Amino acid sequence: MATTEAQTRAAQAAPPTGWRKLQLALRQQMARGELGPWPVLAGLAIIWAIFQTQNAHFLTARNLSNLILQIGVLGVLAIGVVLVLLIGEIDLSLGAVTGVCAGVLGVTLTLHHWNIWAALLATIIVGAAIGVLQGVLIVGIGVPSFLVTLAGLLAWGGVQIILLGDAGELIIYDSSVRAISSAYFTPLQSGVLAGLVLAGYGWTLLRQRARRQQAGLSAPTVGTLVLRWAAVVVIVAASVALMDAYFGVPYILAVLVALALALTWVTSRSVYGRHLYAIGGNKEAARRAGIKVGLITVSVFVIASTLAAVGGILAASREFAVSIGTGGGTLLLDAIAAAVIGGTSLFGGRGQIYNALLGALVIGSVENGLDLLGQPSSVKDIATGVILVAAVSIDAISRRRSQAR
Amino acid sequence: MTMTQQPNPQGQPQLALTGISKHFGSVVALDNVDFEVYPGEVVALVGDNGAGKSTLIKIIAGVYQPNAGMITFDGRAVHLSSPQAASALGIATVYQDLALCDNLDVVANLFLGRERASAPLAGPLRQLSEEAMERQAIDVLHSLSVNLPSVHRPVAELSGGQRQSIAVSRAVLWGSKVVLLDEPTAALGVEQTALVQQLIVRLRERGLGVVIISHNLADVFKVADRIIVLRLGRRVGTFQRRATTPEEVVAAITGGVSLAGEEVH
Ligand SMILES: Nc1ncnc2c1ncn2[C@@H]1O[C@H](COP(=O)(O)OP(=O)(O)OP(=O)(O)O)[C@@H](O)[C@H]1O
Ligand SMILES: [Mg+2]
Repeated sequence: MATTEAQTRAAQAAPPTGWRKLQLALRQQMARGELGPWPVLAGLAIIWAIFQTQNAHFLTARNLSNLILQIGVLGVLAIGVVLVLLIGEIDLSLGAVTGVCAGVLGVTLTLHHWNIWAALLATIIVGAAIGVLQGVLIVGIGVPSFLVTLAGLLAWGGVQIILLGDAGELIIYDSSVRAISSAYFTPLQSGVLAGLVLAGYGWTLLRQRARRQQAGLSAPTVGTLVLRWAAVVVIVAASVALMDAYFGVPYILAVLVALALALTWVTSRSVYGRHLYAIGGNKEAARRAGIKVGLITVSVFVIASTLAAVGGILAASREFAVSIGTGGGTLLLDAIAAAVIGGTSLFGGRGQIYNALLGALVIGSVENGLDLLGQPSSVKDIATGVILVAAVSIDAISRRRSQAR
Repeated sequence: MTMTQQPNPQGQPQLALTGISKHFGSVVALDNVDFEVYPGEVVALVGDNGAGKSTLIKIIAGVYQPNAGMITFDGRAVHLSSPQAASALGIATVYQDLALCDNLDVVANLFLGRERASAPLAGPLRQLSEEAMERQAIDVLHSLSVNLPSVHRPVAELSGGQRQSIAVSRAVLWGSKVVLLDEPTAALGVEQTALVQQLIVRLRERGLGVVIISHNLADVFKVADRIIVLRLGRRVGTFQRRATTPEEVVAAITGGVSLAGEEVH
């Protein structure tokens, strides 16, 4: 005890700097079984390397740009899945909600010629309403979320078929909906947007440091922050440059990044986000601490369903149509797999929004790469399954090791 | 009630219960029980299994409502209608299962449900004041001499005694005046038990009223100022720790002395 306290004191008095500190932090993380994004990033690097050696087109600007378009819907859904898993619940209906909401968009736009904004709003509202309904059933009546959303999966799929009528498909003619998945920012636009985001990030880092100093807490050196910021700048600039080498940054990428940034702020910086983790960690403790567990649970299902509605809009935009297949197939399971591959726990209390994007990138890469190699979807499903098991096993092993200490 | 009046307490009790009765159907869990704890005092509540200790604690914590009796806090009559009402008054209960979130770090657990936050957005979307909370957490842990490797560790990685300490520190941080602990050291080893006992002593030094339930008389004799014995739902003895022996207390617990409540020590 005494030594650990002395260590804490020492660490607070004179924080080790730069490289040494990074080493320390990494080693601590490892020892704790908290591997962070590193396993997924390593996995992604391996997957990319393999496909690149098999087909030199894989890592081209054009293919990576397509990859982004392909994972748009998956990524948005996976973000919702992360939120739901975070509070220790599950939502099996998100794929069906995607389909039904795309159906609402198709019916209002194509059959009833609604104004585009009205149609989009209706789509979002239907998604949110489904979340309210399912959330209230889960919290109010106490039916497990697995069952409520399983029922939702079946029922909303049926509603989707009814909406789409005998033809089973509605073409989307509206040019602005089509544009979401097929338009790109000019280099100037994306440069300005990326610059704003990076400036905001840098400002946040400095503000945080100032607040820590003000509170008399150990604060990172400016040098460390500059390094961290520069690393992000390099990654962002490289990504934008890569996209600019083809048609530019796709609108879809901006949608994904904006949603991810906003929800990352909510989960990691807001009171609400803190309560999500608390509920996922120990629901009873959260309740005793006065956290409104029921209300928050409903709200998470609403957010996830609303994200599924956004996914429906993206899907309609990408296919220029809504069909009974929209939101179907392995979409939901892929979204859950993405969240888990990215590092989110199925048992609640552990996960980050970026997990969804990294996981979606892994699944999308496998699909895209095997497509390039002319492999059938059976092979893609097998590969995704293997990766899922590998990801969860690495996580489990690292955790067991840290507990065995 | 008994011969041994009165402890270190000067003035009025922080919390006093008079004539409390509680029935569960035909079971009389508490029968006309008085109970009081003074500021800066550690009271141990002892008794055999089923004596009514947990029931009494739960009444104080606002979990159960008594069938009869009166409760005063700071000299004012109060109605402890719910756990929230009790904690709003400043009565903190440290539950046996601790009520910590294993996945959250020490700071987050200390402020659970009462996070400090500020603009820019409103309501649940207020931004956490991480630095202010960390500062306050470090200060309160330091003032209670609770040693932790880091306040950024998930509490799952801490020992039982450290976790118990966090649960107790939370009561202090939230400005509680009475802290209730049901078997605080039941699951702990020797060293960890000593840790928690030191913490209990520090709560007393801070002027809090502390109520502990324990079956371990050796532990009770280490920390308690006063020992109140329940037997079959009635208060059968009150002992000054300095003026009694474990044998006397055991006799009261098992009924070795008269049930009339007039035993002499
Ligand atoms: N919720 C309840 N419903 C019915 N009877 C109860 C309930 N809670 C307690 N009792 C009864 O009231 C009496 C006192 O119980 P209590 O739990 O207060 O005892 P205790 O002193 O805490 O015992 P232990 O040392 O075993 O924890 C017992 O006879 C018990 O069976
Ligand atoms: Mg008990």
